[in-house]
Amino acid sequence: MSALTVLGILPLLGALVVATLGKSDAKRAKLVALLASTITALYAIFVAVGFEVDRPGFQFVESRDWIPAFGITYGVGVDGLSLVLILLAVILVPIVILAGWDEAESGRWSAKTFYILILILETMMIGVFAATDLFLFYVFFEAMLVPVYFLIGGYGSGERIQAAVKFLLYSLFGGLLMLASLIGLYVMANDQIGKTFDITALSRLEMSSTTEHLLFLGFFIAFAIKAPLWPVHTWLPDAAKSATPGTSVLLLGVLDKVGTFGMIRYCIELFPNASKTFTPLIVTLAVISIIYGAFLAIGQKEIKRLIAFTSISHFGFIVMGIFAMTTQGHSGSALYMVNHGFSTAALFLVAGWMIKRRGSSLIADFGGLQRVTPVLAWSFFIAGLSGLALPGLSSFVSEILVLVGTYTRYPVAAVIGGFGIILAALYILIPVQRTLHGPTTPGNENLSDLNLREKIAIAPVIALIVLLGFYPKPALDLINPVAETTIAKAGFTDPAPTVGSERR
Amino acid sequence: MESTMTLTSNTLVYFVALPLLSAALLLLLGRKADRWGHVLATTVAGATFVFGLIELVAMMGRDEYSRAIHQKVFTWISVGSFQVDAALLLDQLSICFVLLITGVGTLIHIYSIAYMAEDPDRRRFFAYLNLFIAAMLLLVLGDSFLNLYVGWEGVGLASYLLIGFWNKKAEYATAAKKAFVANRVGDLGLSIAIMIAFAVFGTVTFKGIEAQAESASQAAMVAIGLMLLLAAAGKSAQFPLQSWLGDAMAGPTPVSALIHAATMVTAGVYLIVRSNFIFDNAPTAQFVVVLVGAITLLFGAIIGMAKDDIKKALAASTMSQIGYMVLAAGLGPIGYAFAIMHLLTHGFFKAGMFLGAGSVMHGMNDEVNMRRYGGLARYMPITTVTFGLGYLAIIGVPPFAGFYSKDKIIEAAFNLGGSKGIIFGSITLLGAVITAFYMTRVFMMTFLGKKRWSEGVHPHESPFLMWAPMVLLAVGSVASGFLLYSGKRLEYWLKPVVDKHGHSHEEFLSHSTVTTLALSAVAIGVAIAIVKYRGEVPSSAPEKVSFLTKAARRDLLQDDFNEAVLMRPGQGLTKALVATDEKVIDGAVRVVAGAALGSARGLRSIQSGYVRNYALLILVGVAVLIAAIWVITA
Repeated sequence: MSALTVLGILPLLGALVVATLGKSDAKRAKLVALLASTITALYAIFVAVGFEVDRPGFQFVESRDWIPAFGITYGVGVDGLSLVLILLAVILVPIVILAGWDEAESGRWSAKTFYILILILETMMIGVFAATDLFLFYVFFEAMLVPVYFLIGGYGSGERIQAAVKFLLYSLFGGLLMLASLIGLYVMANDQIGKTFDITALSRLEMSSTTEHLLFLGFFIAFAIKAPLWPVHTWLPDAAKSATPGTSVLLLGVLDKVGTFGMIRYCIELFPNASKTFTPLIVTLAVISIIYGAFLAIGQKEIKRLIAFTSISHFGFIVMGIFAMTTQGHSGSALYMVNHGFSTAALFLVAGWMIKRRGSSLIADFGGLQRVTPVLAWSFFIAGLSGLALPGLSSFVSEILVLVGTYTRYPVAAVIGGFGIILAALYILIPVQRTLHGPTTPGNENLSDLNLREKIAIAPVIALIVLLGFYPKPALDLINPVAETTIAKAGFTDPAPTVGSERR
Repeated sequence: MESTMTLTSNTLVYFVALPLLSAALLLLLGRKADRWGHVLATTVAGATFVFGLIELVAMMGRDEYSRAIHQKVFTWISVGSFQVDAALLLDQLSICFVLLITGVGTLIHIYSIAYMAEDPDRRRFFAYLNLFIAAMLLLVLGDSFLNLYVGWEGVGLASYLLIGFWNKKAEYATAAKKAFVANRVGDLGLSIAIMIAFAVFGTVTFKGIEAQAESASQAAMVAIGLMLLLAAAGKSAQFPLQSWLGDAMAGPTPVSALIHAATMVTAGVYLIVRSNFIFDNAPTAQFVVVLVGAITLLFGAIIGMAKDDIKKALAASTMSQIGYMVLAAGLGPIGYAFAIMHLLTHGFFKAGMFLGAGSVMHGMNDEVNMRRYGGLARYMPITTVTFGLGYLAIIGVPPFAGFYSKDKIIEAAFNLGGSKGIIFGSITLLGAVITAFYMTRVFMMTFLGKKRWSEGVHPHESPFLMWAPMVLLAVGSVASGFLLYSGKRLEYWLKPVVDKHGHSHEEFLSHSTVTTLALSAVAIGVAIAIVKYRGEVPSSAPEKVSFLTKAARRDLLQDDFNEAVLMRPGQGLTKALVATDEKVIDGAVRVVAGAALGSARGLRSIQSGYVRNYALLILVGVAVLIAAIWVITA
């Protein structure tokens, strides 16, 4: 049994233990969930240490027949890219559980159910990144919707049902298109090489360009909704606003990355020619997302919607880097996925604590927190600085890589996207000023600062943001080989420096 | 050109690491470090200065072409051909800055011990000061544009934190944000310069680019040069990004002295001089640099004439003096050394005068309006003398520091030759007249004439810890010019970095002619000020003044311009987009979903023509999108 299978089973075991507990035993449910997810995280780190950076292809591979009639297998394996995303997921889960210790209690159902859903979701997050069989990927991709739907609809706040339904309909629509493409691929595979959903085998199929374009679009639209890209982004702010902070962290930090991950792993690797054709369109949508998301973030009055729109801007950067088809762009985007995961986690968790203390999520209701709750204020500030990609923090490395990598192929896109640098200062510093600075406004005088549990939850996130900013090498070592092979598979090479090519 | 050799060092990293660790310690320990935080921070700053002196002595012991030392600390970013080390370079240019930053920095740490003694958050203040020292040293020591960038935004962060140190006042918090955002506009320039540099040269290290600079296309060099200029304008408060500097005076006065006078705001000049290999190959960009410097030096000087707030008058003066430096840097090899010379002398006299202003505020219950001062010389003799020496230095009276450095810039500007030389030379002369005027005004309104303060104020001299740094800076204001100038000491020192090929220039005006002109300019400016401010000074600003004075009081309307052209349209756009997102985009999705699901509501809206509107909108959207694709990815 592959280490990945074990990793996927660990949270499920946790969920089973939680299921045996009494319905009102919320305290033990969260302890078990915390324990199970912490063990999962530690085991994942242990597994990652054994990953051989220089070996090409998937590692920790396992393949078993699942539905032989259709050539469907239980196939798992990771390369550097899927490994860093799995690490991101399993590190965030225990942090989210610890950070939102009491957030399950305002739900429609018991806390016990909440933690079962979280742990099942963790298994699915591992599975979706580890799958090497397209059908298995699809199953996880769709099945993930279920726990998230219940987490938003059952434990969120405000118009949580509407938000959950909107999320579900959007995702189902994308999933449907993907399913159609998936069947198309299967039919062609059946004609050419036999029944299989193995992605390495599928990437060698021959198809007419029209077919390839259509199949590509099926996958791409599904991923663009998930990531989400302008103009199919409108579910995200609603979902982020209604979900609990922890659910939002997993949704924006990890689940949305399935979209950008899918673009690399499935869109480009399965349909290199179509990727080339659609690159100008996608890069343009990405640039629009960067600027549009940033302006919308500046215009928000509600803190969680604001964070959601900053993410749309950041997803724009990620997609732009991917479709710039350069090594720097690809590695930058992959690193961006990880960095965005941690910095958005920090933003949502701290914002969640602020909202819980104040009983309001409107920016205007805060003010002068720096003097009342210094540790909370500092945490929010540092998370914000990471959001605006301050050099020295992790997101700077990925952002500059994406910009540099995009410029060599699409200079105009990189320069327009670069304006995101200025807008980011606005969408972070305006809320920072309104919530943390100025005189302490009525209703905020007696807010309590972070307690020990909250400090323990946020400390590793901030430590990682700083560490990966100064020393991104461990992550880049994992990511770089994947970037290089993907670019090569898509038939691109990095543009050479232009110096000397044109004499003055 | 002789070949240069770079020695390897393994100690440079301490310049950055020590103050950074100290800052982190003070912030993490919190109140526990309140008792000794300022002592640690000051000791660390002093240690970096001593360390800098040791490096200087060692450097002077090596021959001209093997003075630079380099340290690779670790591999920072490595992706394909994009290779960036965390690496530091100490050469003849950076050592000048290291000594300025740590020297003036240490004095200001000492001064702040007393100045901030009553502030409950003094420890946090010192943490920010150390953070600033670390970032500023990284800025001048980084061996590539990307390392420089980290320091560049690091000082921006420190500046943001220190301007907003008293951010309980809402307008101070706004001033901090404004400074950061204006700087970020500049940072976009630096980012784009880095993008172009990598696309053209395949590297972002100074050394790597310099080696290939002469083979690059003119267009690329001009583009990089202009983007670097944008960056410099943001950081150094040059036109049109200067408007944040006046507001930045919200920070405690030692901060204004260190960051917003002596060091951080001069980083733009450093950037241009450091990138000499780009600008020397991009004459068009150089011309724009000179132009921006010339505009700003007049801009700042004019604003300086109208300000009654002593700190804002000095801030306007800083802007103007940096204009001189930028202009000199734009002149190429004949100007680089003088840009740096003026930067160093300015570091002494402007920091000294800001500390003097702080001392005055200290004795005057934090009053900043010069119309409420008057006759302070009797009560604050040391402040008066030290400020006075700085004053003589800035207006350019021989043998004080500013005389040498400014004189050389004026001479170099005239030596551009032709009509350009005459125009820019005259501007530098005109600037000298105005500088003499507004600085005489500041000095007279503050220290001379009759007292204009109210009964409750009891002006007194500041304590030893405050006046001692002022005295040392005053010594610098007196002597630094001559020391750097005599025997062309600084010119020869910097030659291997900024003038490798050896330049020659024709003398357009003789040295003595320029000196005569410059001294006449000073005399005129001083004379006008004496005539105007010798009598009674009204204790509130006159209302009936010319349009120009009114405009100058409002910083020559740059804020009004930014507000009308950028801020309000930006806010309008934001509002419009927020509404569009809800109504149009989300609306279209809902209608399409409704129609697709064939729900009764969807069908009904088709009949009502609602869907037709959306269909039209989507069609228009697609057309715009296609146009955008063409532009963005052409």
